Amino acid sequence: MSITLTLADWGSLFLHFISLSLLAVGGAITTAPDIHRYLVDDMHWLSDTQFTSSIALAQGAPGPNVMFIALMGWNVGLNAGGGLAAGWPAVSLALWGVLITMVGIMIPSATLTFVATQWAHRNREMLAVKAFKSGMAPIVIALLIATGWLLTGNHENPVRDWPLWALTAATTVLVWKTKTHLLWLLAAGALLGGFGLV
Amino acid sequence: MSATHAPRSKTDLFMSFTWLALQGFGGVLTVVQRELVEKKKWLTQDEFLEDWAVAQILPGPNVVNLALMIGGRAFGLPGALAALSGLLLAPLVLVLLLAAAVAGVADTPVAQGMLRGMGAVSAGLIAAVGIKLLSALKNNPMGILTCIGIGALTFLAIGLLRLPLAWVLLSLGPLASVWAAHCIKQRGAP
Repeated sequence: MSITLTLADWGSLFLHFISLSLLAVGGAITTAPDIHRYLVDDMHWLSDTQFTSSIALAQGAPGPNVMFIALMGWNVGLNAGGGLAAGWPAVSLALWGVLITMVGIMIPSATLTFVATQWAHRNREMLAVKAFKSGMAPIVIALLIATGWLLTGNHENPVRDWPLWALTAATTVLVWKTKTHLLWLLAAGALLGGFGLV
Repeated sequence: MSATHAPRSKTDLFMSFTWLALQGFGGVLTVVQRELVEKKKWLTQDEFLEDWAVAQILPGPNVVNLALMIGGRAFGLPGALAALSGLLLAPLVLVLLLAAAVAGVADTPVAQGMLRGMGAVSAGLIAAVGIKLLSALKNNPMGILTCIGIGALTFLAIGLLRLPLAWVLLSLGPLASVWAAHCIKQRGAP
């Protein structure tokens, strides 16, 4: 897909990730549904496929899963530059997208963490700290499940897409009940998909 | 009892977190625990659990928060930045190379199929982490039923109604925290 981004658009992209940063309680992945709403549904800067494959690639690569945000910035930049085929101008815009999104998502939460850490460490028995943790727990858990749900919900044709749903369900059960290494599961998904079985 | 070892230098922090990040496929928690507690002995098991709890309370990726805490405690802001860049730099380069490599063949049906398959698996991975954590709610001071209610409400708002995350967190979050404080006080009362 190909899109046009003005300077103001880049600004609002940056501000959106800045604003999401402090909401990312329980990990960056809990902001995925909101990023989907903003980038895919509202702004049309990213396709549904690009959104899902950004998360899939980040899960398949080593490192913190916050890398999915770098990939989304990369894809938005590529779309703005006319795709990888357009060469270096598109790659520079893609790297610019990585910088905008990663710095945006990192700066507020990293600053808060650095400043608040000593305080929270000294006050870990304090009521407010305990209450916040207990109160947020069910919300954080529901956000994770909602993210899994939204990622499967992209396949809107049940007759054609039921194998994908089955694969998601099977993965959920395997990860939940066994200690199977996540890489094996991703490799199995890639194989099944590569052979056109899902 | 405190840990027997500490990071030797900012380079040590950078290299240790790079090595840790490159091993962490999905389940980073287990890698962090094995490297920092068992191998490097920078933290005792108890210290690790406390730090991990705080890292989870604060917004931002848990491992990133942990890196900032450990680096910051050892060498202040430069230490925090060394640990953070170690954690992010190598994986960032790798994931972008991977994306570029995939993009070259992304239009072929095989690559599209592989990404579809991996997408379905990662949806399952994320949902499973959520389901695994459900068991932690048993010890929640608000009680399991209230927790399920709050969780169902969150799922409804985000997963089905697709409301903005900020609305949900800023409305349900404070309500749940205040209620949790009330429950903790009640439980603590003789």
